[in-house]
Amino acid sequence: MNKLMRRFQPEQLREFVLLILILLMMLFFSTQIQHYFSPRFFNRVSTSVAIVAVLAVAQTLVVLTANIDLSIGSIVGFTAYFGGQFLAHHNELSPMLIILIAIGMGMALGIINGLLVAYGGVPSIIVTLGTLAIYRSALVQFSGAQTVLTANLPEWLLNLPRMNVFSVGKLDFRVMVALALAVVLLFHLVLKYTSYGRRLYAIGSNADAAEMAGIASRRIVFIAFVLSGALSGLAGFMYLARFGNITVVAGLGLEFAAVGAVVVGGVNIFGGSGSMIGALLGAILVNVLDQSLIRWQAVSEFWRDFLLGFLILMSVALDAVVMNQLKNLWARKGMTIHRQEDDQPGQEVSHV
Amino acid sequence: MSRIVRALKGWESFLLAVLLIIILFNASLAPQYLQVNNWINLFQLSIEKIIVALVMAFIIINAEIDLSVASTMGLTAAVLAWMNHAGQPFGLSLAVALGVGVLAGAFNGFWISYVGLPSLVVTLATMIMYRGGARVFLEDKSFGDFPAWFNALGQQSLIGPFPFALLLFILFTLFAIVVLQYSGFGRIVYVIGNNRDVARYSGINVRRIKLILFTLSGTVAGLAGVLFAARLGSVRGDTALGFELDIITMVLLGGVSIFGGSGSIFGVLLSILIVLNLRNGMSLLNLTGHLQTGVIGFLLILSVLLPNLAQWMRSALQRRHYQKQTGKQIMNGG
Repeated sequence: MNKLMRRFQPEQLREFVLLILILLMMLFFSTQIQHYFSPRFFNRVSTSVAIVAVLAVAQTLVVLTANIDLSIGSIVGFTAYFGGQFLAHHNELSPMLIILIAIGMGMALGIINGLLVAYGGVPSIIVTLGTLAIYRSALVQFSGAQTVLTANLPEWLLNLPRMNVFSVGKLDFRVMVALALAVVLLFHLVLKYTSYGRRLYAIGSNADAAEMAGIASRRIVFIAFVLSGALSGLAGFMYLARFGNITVVAGLGLEFAAVGAVVVGGVNIFGGSGSMIGALLGAILVNVLDQSLIRWQAVSEFWRDFLLGFLILMSVALDAVVMNQLKNLWARKGMTIHRQEDDQPGQEVSHV
Repeated sequence: MSRIVRALKGWESFLLAVLLIIILFNASLAPQYLQVNNWINLFQLSIEKIIVALVMAFIIINAEIDLSVASTMGLTAAVLAWMNHAGQPFGLSLAVALGVGVLAGAFNGFWISYVGLPSLVVTLATMIMYRGGARVFLEDKSFGDFPAWFNALGQQSLIGPFPFALLLFILFTLFAIVVLQYSGFGRIVYVIGNNRDVARYSGINVRRIKLILFTLSGTVAGLAGVLFAARLGSVRGDTALGFELDIITMVLLGGVSIFGGSGSIFGVLLSILIVLNLRNGMSLLNLTGHLQTGVIGFLLILSVLLPNLAQWMRSALQRRHYQKQTGKQIMNGG
């Protein structure tokens, strides 16, 4: 028992339980929905999960610092729409360039959020509640009530969602999914092995202590928001590729899916703990549930939002009660691994 | 008298100036703007947001936030419309709808007070949940067919010579002022907002106060939802969607600190008037609803950003002043 406890920390236990939950949920739906375990369903849902997964990565970076980004859905809509509009007028643009444009637009919007939160001293909930409305209204205003149409988009973009890295039989492993996994992996490594990643945790666990230790909190938080915007821009591009037809309401409510994925995935909403793997599992759970409900005949699909909200509340409540108990149990037995800190306080003295 | 003068210095006088500018601007756009009817209309069209904002002031002064109010409005309106549509007696539907509002608020309060979760997360979750609930009841349909007297309530109904909305506004404002500024309960709300631990150690039942406040918020949001249904005449799943933006802006712009512990109903009243008149003016300019929402979002951010900037400028000036003085002393001493 002790050996097991030493090997598995409460956080890993939680991710394991989440994995079991996902499997149980899929098993349940497979008895309810015909052809649930079909390649077709997998292909369709995996693309949808990919977008939410990228957004979950974005949200995780921000939530780790004990902030929140509610403007994500509007950024996705903004970049998907204007990226699409741009591409519709300039069909010859290379794929790389349009991805960079989407990321750049998202980044610009993220910079606004970051400046206001980190340097303006305005709480993130207020800033992003405001920019959620502002970005969306800018989108509606500048769009002139027009729609991006599939017909005007280049061939390669429309084929992108169906492009495979490889396939096993009819089971396709799509490029979009590979892209999302690459993003998750990249930021998993960033969180684990870079000083920037460790500083995100430091700020989230104790902002004052981080400040005392010479961490440039403001800059770190600012960069987190910029990255969140950039990743939302990337997700906006993926959204454009997936749907083709983009209206001004594109991406509406995606911020809730992202918050849901992150919270369900065990990223502490108070900041300071959580992992990208957890966020990915959360994204899978939230989105597979969502997609399954659409196809489940027995229950109206209008339960989707209600269930998402309920799931968020229950995750936070269970984390607050159960995870705390588990962590105490581990700590009492002295099973917590004290990792050497990557950060060397005082190495970088900056004035914020 | 001196109290009024003191109150007018600082943020509130700034708000008053902004309000006057907006009113003058609007009046220059439309001559009929200053007529009494237009002003009554102004309140009529936003009474739902106003009464919720007054309670929200209590919650934010208490250093909490309630993001779920707009969804609660949608949910109660949906329950009312759904039961009415299903052929239940209207009185019963009304009672159940109002009850749902009370329960929705108490549900928030339970998780916040007794489980100790942050209100930001709880009400974000219930914001999604309650909105989802409204959609479960109404799906993508729209229900109406309310009794005539109920619809009349939302239109130009009069109680005596007074419009109903105006009466309600005055009633809620008086209640808010008296409770917040002249009652023990109000003092306690401030104390908890300033320092929760101090409040607890001095024997205040912090949990109960928070439960009461969130239940009150849900109750009033429920009432607002019902009133909104009366005014619209029919309800959809997205009724009152996004109203939390206006409501929170009304409170924060009014000088209530987002960190709790300070703010006054007088400031909130001024900012309610600003938001109402600003929206009215933008309508006169033929700006779309979406653009108006964007402007309100901008206002929300400014309402926290501006005081911060002012604070920094003041401390920068003080620092410079201090440096000058110490510099002189050193020169004198040397």
